[in-house]
Amino acid sequence: MRIVVCIKQVPDTAEVRINPETNTLVRDGVPSIINPYDLHAIEAALQIKEKLGDVTVTALTMGPPQAEDALREAISMGVDEALLLTDRAFAGSDTLATSYTLSRAIQKIGFDLVICGKQAIDGDTAQVGPEMAEFLNIPHIAYVKAIEEISTQGIRVQRLMEEGYDIVEAPLPVLLTVVREINEPRLPSLKGKMRAKKAEIKKLTHTDIDAEEDKLGLTGSPTAVKNIFAPEARKDRKMFSGSPAEQVAALVEELKNLKCL
Amino acid sequence: MDYFLTEEQQMIRDLARQIAEEKVVPVRAELDEKEEFPTEIMKVLAQSDMFGIFIPEEYGGLGMGAMELCLAVEELSRACLGVSTSYAANALGTYPLLLFGTEEQKKKYLPDIAAGNKFVAFALTEANAGSDAAGIQTTATKDGDYYILNGTKQWITNAGEADIYTVIAITDRSKGARGASAFVVEKGTPGFSFGKKEKKMGIRASVTRELIFEDCRIPKENLIGREGMGFIVAMRTLDQSRIGVGAQGVGVAQGAYEEAVKFARQRVQFGKPVISFQAVQHMLADMATEIEAARALVYSVARYIDSGAKDISKASAMAKVFATDVAMKVTTNAVQVMGGSGYMREYPVEKMMRDAKILQIYEGTNQIQRNVIGQAIIKEAAKMKA
Amino acid sequence: MRIKVDRDLCTGCEACVDSCPYDAIEIKDEKAFINEYCQLCRNCLSVCPEGAIKEVETEEDRTEGMDLSQFRGVWVMAEQRDGKVVDVSLELLGAGRRLADERGSELTAVLFGASEDEAAKLIHWGADRVLHAQSPVFDTFNDDPYVELLSRLITQYKPEIVLTGATAIGRSFFPRVAARLRTGLTADCTSLEIDKETGHLLQIRPAFGGNIMATILCPKHRPQMATVRPRVMKKGEYNESRKGEIIKLDVEGLSSRTKVLQSIKEESETKVNLQEADVIVAGGRGLGKAEGFKMLEELASLLDGAVGASRAAVDEGWISYSHQVGQTGKTVCPKIYIACGISGAVQHLVGMQSSDIIIAINKNPDAPIFNVANYGIVGDVYEVVPELIKKIKEVKGSCQ
Repeated sequence: MRIVVCIKQVPDTAEVRINPETNTLVRDGVPSIINPYDLHAIEAALQIKEKLGDVTVTALTMGPPQAEDALREAISMGVDEALLLTDRAFAGSDTLATSYTLSRAIQKIGFDLVICGKQAIDGDTAQVGPEMAEFLNIPHIAYVKAIEEISTQGIRVQRLMEEGYDIVEAPLPVLLTVVREINEPRLPSLKGKMRAKKAEIKKLTHTDIDAEEDKLGLTGSPTAVKNIFAPEARKDRKMFSGSPAEQVAALVEELKNLKCL
Repeated sequence: MDYFLTEEQQMIRDLARQIAEEKVVPVRAELDEKEEFPTEIMKVLAQSDMFGIFIPEEYGGLGMGAMELCLAVEELSRACLGVSTSYAANALGTYPLLLFGTEEQKKKYLPDIAAGNKFVAFALTEANAGSDAAGIQTTATKDGDYYILNGTKQWITNAGEADIYTVIAITDRSKGARGASAFVVEKGTPGFSFGKKEKKMGIRASVTRELIFEDCRIPKENLIGREGMGFIVAMRTLDQSRIGVGAQGVGVAQGAYEEAVKFARQRVQFGKPVISFQAVQHMLADMATEIEAARALVYSVARYIDSGAKDISKASAMAKVFATDVAMKVTTNAVQVMGGSGYMREYPVEKMMRDAKILQIYEGTNQIQRNVIGQAIIKEAAKMKA
Repeated sequence: MRIKVDRDLCTGCEACVDSCPYDAIEIKDEKAFINEYCQLCRNCLSVCPEGAIKEVETEEDRTEGMDLSQFRGVWVMAEQRDGKVVDVSLELLGAGRRLADERGSELTAVLFGASEDEAAKLIHWGADRVLHAQSPVFDTFNDDPYVELLSRLITQYKPEIVLTGATAIGRSFFPRVAARLRTGLTADCTSLEIDKETGHLLQIRPAFGGNIMATILCPKHRPQMATVRPRVMKKGEYNESRKGEIIKLDVEGLSSRTKVLQSIKEESETKVNLQEADVIVAGGRGLGKAEGFKMLEELASLLDGAVGASRAAVDEGWISYSHQVGQTGKTVCPKIYIACGISGAVQHLVGMQSSDIIIAINKNPDAPIFNVANYGIVGDVYEVVPELIKKIKEVKGSCQ
């Protein structure tokens, strides 16, 4: 069985700050990490490998050359091989172009199962997984919180819903997007880290994946960013002053006036 | 400070730190409170190959040495000394096999130890044999292809949790210290049981129990080295592992110091953060300086050991004494800097202070270490005269 | 469009480099250079003190995409659970009504499953017509029939805008529809507006983990698709006398490769409480200890509210993850949100900033939580909260 895990290198958004003077993002010194949900995807793949035995786990990412670091981290956790899609032609991809590009690569690699994190923490769109499944013409199950059973033929999973969960089954090949409840991602091992240091990361460009150029990058992206701006601070804010008791009294007065109390 | 660590050493330090911060820090207070052995953390350490650092590659380890082990121990100690004690005691128990084991014994035990599948404990101390290792009462009597063990080992770290025990017992009482031998005993051997769990002041995430041998028969292949070498096995083992205790001292001191700095920046008194007061700054300055000195000494000695040096007793004793005395002082002062908060269990420094005390006591008290250093000085001086 | 640097004007001051969220500006030969990672966000344009960064038209801008004029009307894909239309769909009808009126077009609701009464309700909530499909395939949720039928309908009717709720269902099948139709989809919009000049849908959403807002366009493809999280838009007016048309849909040839064997309801209490509570009292690192939450519980129960927490407090182990509000926790929109000892990291703010009234209590007057707060109290939570509890008890006592 071949499992492809799609991962993304993202800035650790918890560390991103806004410069209040210029209203722009300060990304200086913000570390790049593997998208946290993707760690759960890697762990899910590794657990399937441990269970079924004859499984090859391939980590795939698309991004700038530095995204190689994310793939090396995946290797240090135990994935068998890693592929980096990197090409100027991919730059400016939105979710549609990204899904198309990744799906071309997955097609090329060959697969029985594709696993992704439910979303990336920088974009939070949760679109790339389902869109890839569409391009690959396979079913997908989103928000998987547990894999109940898996064989080379099919899979039965628990899909997280707002009011509980569904037990869903599907034949392979299938694409899953996973939520954090599914497992606890392992930390890398020292041997894995050493292997990762030496491992060769295969790089693919658009010609390697037989992609149609007009479906790539900016050209292949129907959406465009018009502008970005910092959320404004409230203008109607009221700061109280005085002792705690005085401030609380003033607040309670306000709330009474608003009929909130 | 830059200690010019190799890429592998940085890797070990970083991974150990990640494990410490993600897996140890969130549970350390609870482990301490409940006096609970950190089974889950040991699993993470196993899965991360941390148990294989100092074991040769041919036995499934990473083939590294004291320096690398010290880095891992230091980082774990920075988070929780109870956890790092459980981890380091595993190495302590493994050294007899590594240094004196037969090829068969190494093949049989080391791969499982390196993988973290089997956990190890070292058993020397008894009711009447602590600093005076020659007072051992436990006996091993040859009986055909077997030895029969009788006696009780006391205050054994990892007892009950470990699968493999390296035990020092007397095979020939008439020879005194030269009548001791080292054995490997597996958990589950008939006649081998454990006493009650000790209630300790600190390092409460580590488990300390008695080993009780009652006509415990073990095959003669379980003898480590030759009969009569037990005392040498024990001393060489302790020489090797002592530096790890020094690394524990550096780690716990570092952890306490960082907590103190963090607190001093946040805590406001007289309208200013307390770190802006010179009295506090001077305490922190001394703490930082002493930690760095201890670290420099521990790393130097670890590298000296890894260079293959023969006589490491004095150097490793110096590192242990200095770093663990620093640990006690720094953790105590961290509590002082944090005042009332430092004394409360809400903050981790009171635990660090309780934990640190053991470092001056176990694996040879700091008084014994000074004896070792003193003996070495006399020997060296005698040589110089001659 | 392309962003270009006028090398004659550029002084190499590097002001633009840090302004780029995509790391797309480098300094080469002491001049700024825009590399291939540029996303055309235009963030750098205003930053350049020399005005050296400019937008230029490219050949591609002049080439025509699909014929956009064929597409008309606003659609809301309504979602039903166990035969009941969910609230977010009604909220979207409110937003959709406004957009349709601005575009001078019709508002259509699409409903798969549920009864005709539910379909009629969509008209009462603002739709001009309802496309209604009834079939046992829609008794449980599987992506395939949803994707197949909605794609067919969009291809047939050519709406200009299609919206749905960013729920487990919407977020699962909607992207597939967008991929099948090769059009753009914008997730989790917090605001939807029509660009007066071009008539395009301006889709505003948080980007970079909610650190900054972005306006997204889908200029050359139709339909323009977007999802919106529950409790972000306001419902429109309910009017039972409103008339509209219900069109019964043909549901032939729908099948699914996935199969739902069982649906297990698992109402976690805190989840319900948090997302449906009118009042949330939340605690952060400033509480300093787990016991602080006992005090917040008291305040919350006085106000019939629920207790929330920042990631910092959850990471410290003071309270369970199910209470976490923020980007990696839950999005909440209560009437009153009381943030106690929460500094207001962006990751937290995105989960609660659409609350009606935000009250912040923090000892640091510069804490970012005060930027989103309507009311700010600077002080120690352990002094302020007990005082607040006391005062509220007084007020409540005098009412009875």
